[in-house]
Amino acid sequence: MTAPAHRIKRGVSLYSFQDEYFLRTLSLEDCIRESAAFGARGIEIIPEQSIPGFPRLTDEFVEDWFGWMEKYGTTPVATDLFLDTKLYADRWLTLDEQIASVHRDIDIAVRLGARIIRAIINTPPEVMEGAAPYAEEKDVRLLLEVHAPFHYGHPWILEHLEVMHRTQSPALGLMPDMGTFVKRFPRVVSDRAVRDGADPKLVDYIVKTYDDHGDTHALMDIMNYRHGGPVEVGLARQATHYIWTDPRSMLEHMPLIGHIQAKFYEMTDQGVEYSIPYDEIVPVLVEGGFDGYLSSEYEGNRHIQDAFPVDSVEQVRRQHALFARLLGEEI
Amino acid sequence: MYDQYIVCEEGFRAREDGVTGGIVEVRMPYYRGLGLSMVEAVDLTLDGRPVPPSRTTFTVHGNTYTFDQLRTTFDDRWEMGERAQLAFETDEPLAPGEHDVAVSVRLRISYMPVPGGGRDRKRLTLAA
Repeated sequence: MTAPAHRIKRGVSLYSFQDEYFLRTLSLEDCIRESAAFGARGIEIIPEQSIPGFPRLTDEFVEDWFGWMEKYGTTPVATDLFLDTKLYADRWLTLDEQIASVHRDIDIAVRLGARIIRAIINTPPEVMEGAAPYAEEKDVRLLLEVHAPFHYGHPWILEHLEVMHRTQSPALGLMPDMGTFVKRFPRVVSDRAVRDGADPKLVDYIVKTYDDHGDTHALMDIMNYRHGGPVEVGLARQATHYIWTDPRSMLEHMPLIGHIQAKFYEMTDQGVEYSIPYDEIVPVLVEGGFDGYLSSEYEGNRHIQDAFPVDSVEQVRRQHALFARLLGEEI
Repeated sequence: MYDQYIVCEEGFRAREDGVTGGIVEVRMPYYRGLGLSMVEAVDLTLDGRPVPPSRTTFTVHGNTYTFDQLRTTFDDRWEMGERAQLAFETDEPLAPGEHDVAVSVRLRISYMPVPGGGRDRKRLTLAA
């Protein structure tokens, strides 16, 4: 298969290996090595997940980090920040404290050699605006994740776009999460609900409503009317948190898009993602001239860990085989 | 997520500090580490009886806190996957053998409109 010329690169968010990292069956170095083995050269890290002692990074850690990058031929691409607005039990962080938190995470990204920072979806537009000058000074980009259930026409995203267009700050932009393109309900999620005791008929109702791209707003209420319990209501809530929008909705925002979180739930034995049509998404990124990283974000682990062995490495490997094919790489 | 990993199978033991009671090792049901001020509760129910938080302490990487102290601890974290020691006090020494251990963790996650956390329950055998 040949793909048009493009400059899209492949990467992995180490979020993908969270189950193995949690259980200490993969170390941080193992995660990097495994990624490099299937040609994912760009590494995205969640410092709060993978670096004990956060926010203090020791010189020894930073030395190890760059040592691994050299050893495995990888590049630090992105870090993911969180914004703990509820750090205190009795009050919210002030605007200045929120900006200071982002500044701290900019310093961490710089120390790790990453030029891109994922700003979590709850980051307010005024915090992005307030932190932009420091990001510019440090030559990093602060990219707001566009995460389901948000989309490019949502008021929260429009507020962010207003800041980005008004300030014209080169440091601000977007990081689409491919969880905004969930075309059919992830079966790993509905299967789990059944294992957790949900009524299969109610599960089918939720899945069918979602897959028909029907109105999911009242699904939690309907589960209640149909005598569903916490598991059915929880699944219904999930259905309101996945969304399907046309991937072409990214095109008009391409100048702002600097990184892709390639969320996925299940790479099947046939080598496709069960819910997210990457064969529709990747051509849009090529058409739009995207030149950053497609960064794997496997999130199926938590849905199968109760009943099946989790093999996040195999799942990410399959996703990269798919990407290589869609990007026209020789493999 | 990760609920099934909260209560560690290993490390359930009687206390050796002169206090009557035991220690159960617990992990946080979350995909990143979290500052201790946002760990709102790690509630233990032992053999069906709730143990009041005032009778428990929480230890991460050698640092021990009461749950009152956790609220205002801003310079320490419960790391992802880290086995914390939840030490508890009981009136009577723990009987040898199996115990029913249930732990409920409540976390204050800033991007979530509802409390985070999870719960787990396992039968653990007291280490000899």
